[in-house]
Amino acid sequence: MSKLLQLHDFGAPGATSFDELRKSAASSGCSSKGGAGKTGCGSAAGPSDLPPEIWEKVKNHPCYSEQAHHHFARMHVAVAPACNIQCNYCNRKYDCANESRPGVVSEKLTPEQAARKVVAVASTIPQMTVLGIAGPGDALANPAKTFKTFELVTETAPDIKLCLSTNGLMLPDYVEQIAAMKVDHVTITINMIDPEVGAKIYPWIFYNHRRYTGVEASKILSERQLLGLEMLVARGILVKVNSVMIPGINDQHLIEVNKAVKSRGAFLHNIMPLISEAEHGTAFGLAGQRGPTAQELKTLQDACEGEMNMMRHCRQCRADAVGLLGEDRSAEFTTEKVMAMDVEYDLAARQAYQAKVEAERDAIAVAKQRELEKLEGETATIKIQVAIATKGGGVINEHFGHAHEFQIYEVSTAGAKFVGHRRVDLYCEGGYASETGIDPILQALNDCTAVLVAKIGMCPKDSLAGAGIEAVETYAFEYIEQSVIAYFKDYLERVGKSEIRHVARGDATIRQGAFTEA
Amino acid sequence: MAYKIVASQCTGCSACEPQCPNVAIFEKAGTFAIDPSKCSECTGHYDEPQCVAVCPVDGTCVIDNSVPRYQAA
Repeated sequence: MSKLLQLHDFGAPGATSFDELRKSAASSGCSSKGGAGKTGCGSAAGPSDLPPEIWEKVKNHPCYSEQAHHHFARMHVAVAPACNIQCNYCNRKYDCANESRPGVVSEKLTPEQAARKVVAVASTIPQMTVLGIAGPGDALANPAKTFKTFELVTETAPDIKLCLSTNGLMLPDYVEQIAAMKVDHVTITINMIDPEVGAKIYPWIFYNHRRYTGVEASKILSERQLLGLEMLVARGILVKVNSVMIPGINDQHLIEVNKAVKSRGAFLHNIMPLISEAEHGTAFGLAGQRGPTAQELKTLQDACEGEMNMMRHCRQCRADAVGLLGEDRSAEFTTEKVMAMDVEYDLAARQAYQAKVEAERDAIAVAKQRELEKLEGETATIKIQVAIATKGGGVINEHFGHAHEFQIYEVSTAGAKFVGHRRVDLYCEGGYASETGIDPILQALNDCTAVLVAKIGMCPKDSLAGAGIEAVETYAFEYIEQSVIAYFKDYLERVGKSEIRHVARGDATIRQGAFTEA
Repeated sequence: MAYKIVASQCTGCSACEPQCPNVAIFEKAGTFAIDPSKCSECTGHYDEPQCVAVCPVDGTCVIDNSVPRYQAA
């Protein structure tokens, strides 16, 4: 059920006054101080890391929680394509249906079409719990369309959580309306708090009827973003901050950004790698600006983690994505198909499904805990990364050759922690190994010690072994975290018996460019 | 003169439409266009022509030389 968040919902238990609330948001709101291996709401954490009121709000939200994303789906509708700022990582002219990145969309919808699409999707996919308006463009550059869509959806499907993404320029003007519409959470993209850094990211903004450029533009943008953030937090609306990591421009600066947004009560920070393929035609792409490597991204996220929770499972989805993260079903819900569908909104069936998921998640948490107890007394300082082939559900259930992406867990004696995902092209296409071979997958998994799969052929298994990555089928169809911990225990034992030698792994490549669904 | 929108450049994002003080901008087959009889080049309203200032694709909103210069009343 979507309900307006009250101030007391947002604080730690017992936080009654506004000051206490702010203090709680600033210090413990969604802390990662629960001990090593507990990474908070942006990661694989369970309720133990969060005040129960916040956990209640985020547990079924695939974009907040790595754990939830295995079980719940979201959709984006593209109704408001206008934008009022220019970013060097965005090219508004480029639109390819086979591509997956923010700002790209196949069809724009009217609010009425969007509302019908939401009901159609929610009727077909009971795990769809969240509707976002995330571009292309800025949801608040065209506020009438954004709010009209929310209004229509709330009328028919009151249980769906609403969220919107914004660059923050117009945010202070619409905070009241956002609160009145019962928007569950807002994402603000904040790439800098220093206008000198901003001038390298934003060529211009359009504000108060004129175009501002250079440092002046970034100064206005930054002030408006931080003011908007404070105003939302003061109204008890959850705020996630997105930042694009641009090596050499804002990579070190994002640590300052992290501190600034945390101190203002942002609930989650999502640092994403720059996407800058030249063929996208963005200013950065054409200038040859590179994106970060996997370990550069992880190092920055780790550096910020002491300050607040980091989100690590972002797929940088299309602005019209539908379904589970990393599994786009938007092609099933084109305007034409949606208009032809018979839709009936069955709230009871949706709730029944969600209760089932709840039980499954409890089982996963129990299994993980039981496995973790077996590591007690282990003192090894070894830390390894393990890749997982999964279709979702928190289970290792994907064939190596069918995996579009691998999930990466870091595991030590403190437990298993989700640290990211790596998209890959399919190795196995229609029963045959791909022409480009296994090399791109080896590059994507190069920082991992093992890959846990449901099944794998001899040939790729040998290639992985050649690259020093162990392919493991032992844990097929078992829970991910439980298996990762069990594998690690076995790994330590083999190292102890000198059956294998522990070696530090290198860096890995983050896949750039188009992500084509098979 | 008035401003015009180069259709091949326009992405149809609609950023310009609500900014025009004369309601001269309208949608036409997925892109946007300016009614030259309504365009005042924003004279008397703003320092900059709003369509030009807000358009994300430079060189899309340009002066239409075929239309006589706007005369403030």
